[in-house]
Amino acid sequence: MRKTLRFLIGNEPVEIEGCDPTLTVLDWLRLERRMTGSKEGCAEGDCGACTVVVGRLDHGRLRYEAINACIRFLPTLDGCQLLTVEHLKGGDGSLHPVQQAMVECHGSQCGFCTPGFVMSLLALRLNEAEPSIARIEDALAGNLCRCTGYEPIIAAGRRMDAISPREADPFLKQCETTAAKLATLQDGKTLALEGQGRRFYAPATVSALAELIAAHPQAALVAGATDVGLWVTKGMKQLDPVVYLGRIEGLRGVSDEGDHLRFGAMATLVDVRNALADLSPQLDELMRRFGGEQVRNAGTIGGNIANGSPIGDLPPALIALKATLVLAKSADGGEIERRTLPLESFFLDYRKQDRRPGEFVEAVSVPKLPSDALFNVSKVSKRFDEDISAVCGAFRLRRDANGFITETRLAYGGMAGIPKRAKAAEAALIGRPWDEEAVAAAIAALPQDFTPLDDMRASARYRLTVAGNLLRRFLIETTEQPARTRVAGLLAEAAHG
Amino acid sequence: MADARRKLDIAAEAGPVGGALAHDSAAKHVAGEAVYIDDIAAPDGLLHAYLGLSTVAHGRLLSLDLAAVRAAPGVVGVLTAADVPGVNDISSTHRQDEPLFATDRILFHGQPLFAVVAGTREQARHAATLAKAEYAEEAPLIDIAAARAAGGALVTDPLKLERGDIAAALAASPRRLKGSMAIGGQEHFYLESQVALAVPGEDEDMQVFVSTQHPSEVQHMVGAVLGAGSHAVTVEVRRMGGGFGGKETQANLFACVAALAARKLKRPVKLRPDRDDDMAITGKRHDFVCDYEVGFDEDGSIHAVDALYAARCGWNADLSGPVTDRALFHMDNCYFYPAVRARSEPLFTNTCSNTAFRGFGGPQGMVGAERFIEEVAFATGLDPLEVRKRNLYGGNSSTEGLGRDLTPYYQQVEDNIAGHVISELERRCDYQARRAAIREANAKSPVIKRGIALTPVKFGISFTATWFNQAGALVHVYKDGTVALNHGGTEMGQGLYIKVAQVVAQAFGLGLDAVKITATTTGKVPNTSATAASSGSDLNGMAALDACETIKRRLTEFAAKHWQERPEDIAFLPGRVRVGAREIAFRELIQAAYMARIQLSATGFYTTPKIHWDRKAGRGHPFYYFAYGAAAAEVAIDTLTGEYKVERVDILHDCGQSLNPAIDRGQIEGGFVQGMGWLTTEELVWDRKGRLWTRAPSTYKIPVASDRPRIFNVHLLENAPNREPTIHRSKAVGEPPLMLAISVLHALSDAVASVGDYRVCPRLDAPATPERVLDAVERVRAEAAS
Ligand SMILES: Cc1cc2nc3c(=O)[nH]c(=O)nc-3n(C[C@H](O)[C@H](O)[C@H](O)COP(=O)(O)OP(=O)(O)OC[C@H]3O[C@@H](n4cnc5c(N)ncnc54)[C@H](O)[C@@H]3O)c2cc1C
Ligand code: FES
Ligand code: FES
Repeated sequence: MRKTLRFLIGNEPVEIEGCDPTLTVLDWLRLERRMTGSKEGCAEGDCGACTVVVGRLDHGRLRYEAINACIRFLPTLDGCQLLTVEHLKGGDGSLHPVQQAMVECHGSQCGFCTPGFVMSLLALRLNEAEPSIARIEDALAGNLCRCTGYEPIIAAGRRMDAISPREADPFLKQCETTAAKLATLQDGKTLALEGQGRRFYAPATVSALAELIAAHPQAALVAGATDVGLWVTKGMKQLDPVVYLGRIEGLRGVSDEGDHLRFGAMATLVDVRNALADLSPQLDELMRRFGGEQVRNAGTIGGNIANGSPIGDLPPALIALKATLVLAKSADGGEIERRTLPLESFFLDYRKQDRRPGEFVEAVSVPKLPSDALFNVSKVSKRFDEDISAVCGAFRLRRDANGFITETRLAYGGMAGIPKRAKAAEAALIGRPWDEEAVAAAIAALPQDFTPLDDMRASARYRLTVAGNLLRRFLIETTEQPARTRVAGLLAEAAHG
Repeated sequence: MADARRKLDIAAEAGPVGGALAHDSAAKHVAGEAVYIDDIAAPDGLLHAYLGLSTVAHGRLLSLDLAAVRAAPGVVGVLTAADVPGVNDISSTHRQDEPLFATDRILFHGQPLFAVVAGTREQARHAATLAKAEYAEEAPLIDIAAARAAGGALVTDPLKLERGDIAAALAASPRRLKGSMAIGGQEHFYLESQVALAVPGEDEDMQVFVSTQHPSEVQHMVGAVLGAGSHAVTVEVRRMGGGFGGKETQANLFACVAALAARKLKRPVKLRPDRDDDMAITGKRHDFVCDYEVGFDEDGSIHAVDALYAARCGWNADLSGPVTDRALFHMDNCYFYPAVRARSEPLFTNTCSNTAFRGFGGPQGMVGAERFIEEVAFATGLDPLEVRKRNLYGGNSSTEGLGRDLTPYYQQVEDNIAGHVISELERRCDYQARRAAIREANAKSPVIKRGIALTPVKFGISFTATWFNQAGALVHVYKDGTVALNHGGTEMGQGLYIKVAQVVAQAFGLGLDAVKITATTTGKVPNTSATAASSGSDLNGMAALDACETIKRRLTEFAAKHWQERPEDIAFLPGRVRVGAREIAFRELIQAAYMARIQLSATGFYTTPKIHWDRKAGRGHPFYYFAYGAAAAEVAIDTLTGEYKVERVDILHDCGQSLNPAIDRGQIEGGFVQGMGWLTTEELVWDRKGRLWTRAPSTYKIPVASDRPRIFNVHLLENAPNREPTIHRSKAVGEPPLMLAISVLHALSDAVASVGDYRVCPRLDAPATPERVLDAVERVRAEAAS
């Protein structure tokens, strides 16, 4: 066990002994370090005013990610580099190209959102050369600006590499030194901190994790903290102890196992997107619209499943894909005991999952689609990007040689207290040809499957209508070639040609 | 040093006015160095306050047990109404209808009951949750329908505008129709939430740093609550992280509570609510229901309009009077109604008290006007744009001896350029060809339908409360030739500071770096008006110029005497001063003037000419001039889900002779996108208990980067100096562009109409969420089939 938290702020090493386990990075910066460049606009991961960039070693490679400092707990930065807007100016006081581009393009008005945008653009620049407008929009979907209307900020994103080439960026030039510094901070030991009378553990191995959970069955498991962070900043929960899963490399991996993909529970939503994009462009688009870039960088597949949310975006898609979940826990003799179950049976009832004491999600296994399977996913939300689904539908269907439907999965989010298959509608499809009549039969059966809720996102009536119309869309997209079936996003752009 | 001085001397020959200069704080914004209230280095002994809020929307407060709050860790004090030494009221209209802390009546969910002060914000926030309040709950009136059903109590006097005999004109109209439209409200979502820091001084002195658009009002309120004179209170704000009207009166609460706590505990106190609490407590843009009857003829000419604009005002009057008035002032937009009656109905509801928001009721009034046009277009089968043009002010025909330039409030439209702006934009954006192409493409696209609409804007500039149209400034010239500038306007991102600095630099022939912009403070310029009604640079630019002219007059007199020249031969040129045949540096002149004991500091003052308004009679000349613009929007909708995308927008906007085209473009683009959010995805939802359900960015959706139109052609109207002698012939630009977004609502409507072969008026209400669009699609389909 190690009792000191260690990370780099800029290039400066920091060591902290004793730390409130849920002190946010933003509060630490603003209140303790008096670095007030990063702003609090919402304290819930939605506005991006607090965006900072975190460098971390991913299987030995330095990776820079924009994240929301307002919902990230400080001790989870162990072994990482933290960059804030204060680190960008050159030693001579000159503006960094990202900053210069923002000034030249008139990218700030009130300026409150600006540090966050600067940091999101910095992360984009460090990761990609010559990003397209669409990519810049994606990278900024987690940053709200109420003043500019975004046009000049997008222009700044287009301009930054022209001001000075990406290769010359000081952060990229220092990459190797930084990676070497971070490597010295990785020690394979469990980090154990205490502060405000509460405890924080960050194990470095799966077995250490299993033991910790066994020893503290009431521990709050923290993955990307894009949900848990809000328990603290909004719910004012005092979590104790906190067990952070982010240092365990074994949980981070995504691997191609031939007929299926295997995701470690801690695979980030960005990694999940990259892998799922190979299965279907529809999955690429689904994940593109998941939260904002900061949430996709921090949030994990394990967290999106384990939180049991009825409106999580991955579960419907994964259920339609016949994914299975691997749950693990510590067993006698230091062994790990594992059990595998179909993802859909993990969700028992509203906010109730089949997770036994001591268990944690270790991995998700996603079979690849057979070549004859039809597959379709739609997320419908009030705002197109960075919003929670009102309805999410993921469908898969296979037919026999004569064109009759033999197998189907229609999985929905937002329609019930859990992500759920529409069993009656599925049954209505079996044995029919894939045509309008079949869709009409399935739609007619949907009210047997669901009695959705009215809430601030949508009315029950809208949800039910859209749930049916998404099946129509599925049919049109898999049988006809209409000019266009989607208004925006990757799929619309692909249709535009 | 020499270099720096030379820089001061070399001002651009053209002068800074009219230059596309960056925001004065741009370099600080991008570096995180711009200081907002919450960034100010904590004064020694700083404490933090937090508000305790009611958890019911309506009823009586029976008891309030604060024992657990007091006992919570870190707590040093608790404040209730009993701790207020002055008056327990912060109503900006002096109606005594806005208690700082509730004592008995609970009027909305989230009403402040008490404040707790602790060592850290976290401690105070946690302690605030520990109060035990008992209520005798009553059924809350949440929306307009409920308020009307319960008798329709008003928070303030309604307004009626009437011209002509409405009943007769409607009866005589060849055709008439009736309808009703819901127009949603809007949360400001300034990125910096409300915040105030109060620092007590000697005697009764109190210094308050607060994110406010109206320092003088905060000063007055803090004085009243503390029972001290305004002279004891100094209010300062260097910049806000966005305001949009949401900090015109809404900052008063936070400033007063911080000051009250600071007085009681004799220590500096900061109050910054969590975003969700800010959204629950503070007022928003008013939502309206507009009931209308329109008389018209087959040619699409409007004969008469009778409209009732009912607004959800919330639990107190606040600015609801002037807001609902301004809605009526814009129920004509650019159109002449031969006979008209417009009435407002400012309704009391048990919801947060709605307030100023960019456009101040004008946008809602105008949304109604465009609905009237649309109804007439569908009824007559004409292109809505054609109907718009036929009903513009001016035009050829005159109706029954009335000029076609008379507004419903009897002000003549003297500077009408709406027709020019519309036809120019129509040509530039190729409206007609694109409209035809869209219709053709829609016929072949079963799922995705596109739509286009071009709508104009005419927005009246001036506070309708005539006395607010005044401003003061203070200009100091120091011995080294540098200038310190101060005025009553506040900076919230709109670029007011840089614009006024440009004016001042130009007046002295200096470069901008010679002018130091200083924080707005009541200690320097007193009795200021809110920075609102788009008036910031009109008023403060003029006041600052007045101060400069005073100093220049003194300098000219001095120079003439000193160098034995005639005053007419003294000229302030860029970077230098001509004194007869010789040219000297500004700095040289200043040094000489100082030695000759010439006063180098002056105040400036300005009042807007020409305006007057008799509210009782509904007649007057409330606006100094109008700002114009037009926008054409093209959208695509998904008829299966109601999702949509704004694909292209073309804008032509009238800024007069722009003081700073870069800043003005920013206002146009930003205002447009904000207006688009209002009319599309920004939906406020209350639950049945009267609790605001959409009180966080996770549920309240303002536009993100990908919502802005990918094709966004924005042009400032060229060669269009203001006909009135405003500051350098510019026009106000803060609010008018917001209403350009009405084009989006109508483009969506056009797309929806395609499913009924353009025969059925979609009557799309706002906000047009995907759900509303899908509803409209289904309704139009059904009606067209029947
Ligand atoms: C701004 C914003 C936007 C969002 N947008 C979306 C969206 O578009 N779609 C969507 O679906 N969600 C969205 N979310 C919700 C959230 O980001 C996701 O659910 C995310 O996947 C959660 O992952 P995490 O790693 O951050 O989980 P955490 O917050 O760390 O944990 C979530 C829950 O899962 C538990 N948990 C985590 N990992 C494990 C594990 N391995 N084993 C057992 N239990 C575990 C935790 O104890 C906790 O109960 C959004 C959130 C925010 C703040
Ligand atoms: S403060 Fe809004 S995302 Fe962090
Ligand atoms: S500049 Fe004000 S919020 Fe972006």
